[in-house]
Amino acid sequence: MAKKTKKQNDAVKDDQTKVSLPPSGFKVIVREIVKDKVALAAFILIVLILIFTFGGSLFLSKSSVSEINIVESYYGWGQNGHLFGTDDGGRDILNMLIMGGRNSILIGISVTVITELVGLVVGLVAGYYGGLIDSIIMRIVDFIQILPRFPIIIVLTTVLSHYNAVTLVWLIAMFGWTVTARYFRSFVLSQRERDYVLASKTSGSSDLKIMFREVLPNITSMIIIDVVLSIAGNIGVETSLSFLGYGLPPTTPSLGSLIAFANDPVNVINRPWLWLPATILLLIISLSVNYVGRALQRAGDARQREN
Amino acid sequence: MWKTVLRRLLIMIPQLIILSMLVFLLAKMMPGDPFTGAINPNTDPKQIEALKRAAGLYDPWYIQYGRWVGNLFHGDLGTSYIQHVSVSSLIWDRAVNTFWLSLLTTIITYAIAIPLGITAGRHQDEWQDTAVQVFNYITFAIPGFVFYILGLWLFGFTLGWFPISGSVSASASGFWGVLGSRLYHMILPAILYALITTTGTVQYLRTGIVDNKVEDYVRTARSKGVPENVVFNKHILRNSLLPIAAFLGNTITGLLGGSMIIETVFSYPGMGKLFMDSIGQRDYTTLTALILIFGILTLVGNLLSDIIMSIIDPRIRIQ
Repeated sequence: MAKKTKKQNDAVKDDQTKVSLPPSGFKVIVREIVKDKVALAAFILIVLILIFTFGGSLFLSKSSVSEINIVESYYGWGQNGHLFGTDDGGRDILNMLIMGGRNSILIGISVTVITELVGLVVGLVAGYYGGLIDSIIMRIVDFIQILPRFPIIIVLTTVLSHYNAVTLVWLIAMFGWTVTARYFRSFVLSQRERDYVLASKTSGSSDLKIMFREVLPNITSMIIIDVVLSIAGNIGVETSLSFLGYGLPPTTPSLGSLIAFANDPVNVINRPWLWLPATILLLIISLSVNYVGRALQRAGDARQREN
Repeated sequence: MWKTVLRRLLIMIPQLIILSMLVFLLAKMMPGDPFTGAINPNTDPKQIEALKRAAGLYDPWYIQYGRWVGNLFHGDLGTSYIQHVSVSSLIWDRAVNTFWLSLLTTIITYAIAIPLGITAGRHQDEWQDTAVQVFNYITFAIPGFVFYILGLWLFGFTLGWFPISGSVSASASGFWGVLGSRLYHMILPAILYALITTTGTVQYLRTGIVDNKVEDYVRTARSKGVPENVVFNKHILRNSLLPIAAFLGNTITGLLGGSMIIETVFSYPGMGKLFMDSIGQRDYTTLTALILIFGILTLVGNLLSDIIMSIIDPRIRIQ
C-alpha cells in the first residue's frame, strides 16, 4: 500500500500537470471542435494554408524557385508580376513563401512522427514496468532535458558531413522525444494498477499485449492532442534554427530563413516584403495549430467539457 | 533537509561527468586544434607534427579528457583560434551582459505573471480569466523570434522609442549615465522576452489558486468568520505563491536557452550572441566552452529549483 502511494506521489511530482481521463471516443472530439466556432475557423485556416503551400508547390520546380537572377533583385510589392516582390538574388518571394511554408510544415510533421513513436514506446515501457527500468529511463530523459539543445544542434549542423534536411529532422527529434515520453509515462503509471490491467495480467496476457492492445487504446485521444501541439512546437524549433541560419541548408527555403531577412536593419525599414509575409504566415500557422490543439485538449478533458 | 540537499548534489555529480564527456566528444568532432590559428604556409609540417605530439594531441582519448578536465578546474577554457585571446576573458564580459538581461527579464516576468495569475485564479471562469487565458495562449503559441522581430520593427524602428541594438551607448558617461543607457538598451528585449516566458508561471499560479480555493483549510477559515479578503490574501495566495518561487531556477535556465535568439535579434553583446558569432567564425574553442557553461548553468538552475521546492514543500523531500 505504501509502495503504491509513493508511486502516485512520484507521478504527481514528476509532471506537475494533471493527466485527465480520455473521452469515450473520437465523436466527442469532433462534436466539441464543431461546437467551438473559433476552433473550427482555426481548422479551416490550417486546411487553407496546407492547400496554399502543398498545392502551390506542385506548380513550382525547386530549381526555378532558387534560381538567381540579379537583374530582378529587390522588386517591391507587386512589381513586374512579383506579388510579394523579390529578394537580393531576384528570387520571387511568393514562390519562396510557398516552398518555405511547405518545408517548415513537412519538417514539423516529420519530427513529430519520430518523437511521437519513440516517446510513446519509451513512455509505455517506463510507466508499465516501473521500478528499475523506469528509474533508468527517467534518468536518461532527465539528462537529455537539461542539455543545451539549441547550441548542440547548431554545432552539429556545422560539424556533421552530408548535412541535409533529413539530418535536421533527426537532430531536432533527438531532443524532442523526451517530453512525449514523460507525458505518456505519467499516464501509463496511473493505469498500471487499474483493474483492467490487473485482470488482464491474471488471465495470462503478455506484457506486450497489455501495453499495446489494452493501455494504448486508452491514450489515443492523448496521442492526437500531443501530435497537434508537437507539430506546432517543432515548426517553431525548425524556423528558429533556420532564422539563426543553422536550420535547413541555404538552398532549401524555410519560413525561418525568410524571416531572417529582418536581421538586416535596411530590410526591416525599407523592404518589408522580404520578411513580413513569412512572419505573418508563421504567426497564423502557430496560432491556429495551437488553438486546435487546445480545443482538442479541452474536448479530451471531461471535467472541463460542461463549462 | 540537509540530507535532501546532499542527495540532490550527489545526483548532480554523474550528470556533470556525462555532460563534460559529451562536450569533450563534441569538441573532438569539431575540426581544428590549438595550432590551427598559428599555422602559416611557411611553417614546416614536421615542426607542427612535433608541436602537436608535445601538446599531447596523439594521446589516448582518456588522457586528453583528463587533461582537459584538469585545465577546466584551473579555469583554463583554452585559447580562441580566431581571436588569439583566452576564451575565459572573451566570455566574461558577455556573461555579465547576459546576467543583467536575464535578471531584468526575470523581474519583469514575475511583475507580469503574478498579477495575471492571481486575477485569473481569483475570477475563475469569468471574463478576466478568459482574457488572461487568451494572453497566455498567444504568448505560448507564437515562436519567440517572430514576437521579437515584430516588437523590434514596431517599437524600435517604426516608433523609435527604443534603441535597436547594443548594450550601452558609447557616449554614456558617469555611473548613472552608463546605468541609464544600459537599462534603456535592455528594456525592450527584456519586456518582449519576459512576455514569452510568463506562460508557465501564470498557468501554475492560476491552477494553484483554483485548487487551493476548495481545500478544507479554506472552508475552515471561512466558517470561522475570517473576512474574505484575508482568506484570499493570507491563506489561498500564500500557499499558491510558494511553488512559484521554485520556478525561479527553471526560469533562469529557460532564459539562457533562449538567449541566442533574443541577443541575435537585438544584437545584444551577451553569451548567446557570442555563440552565434563564434559559430559564424567557426571558433570551436569558444563554442565548446560556451556549451559547457550553458550545460552547467542549466544543471545549477535545476538544482536550485529542487532545493527551493524541498524547503517549501516537505512532502517532496527524499526519504
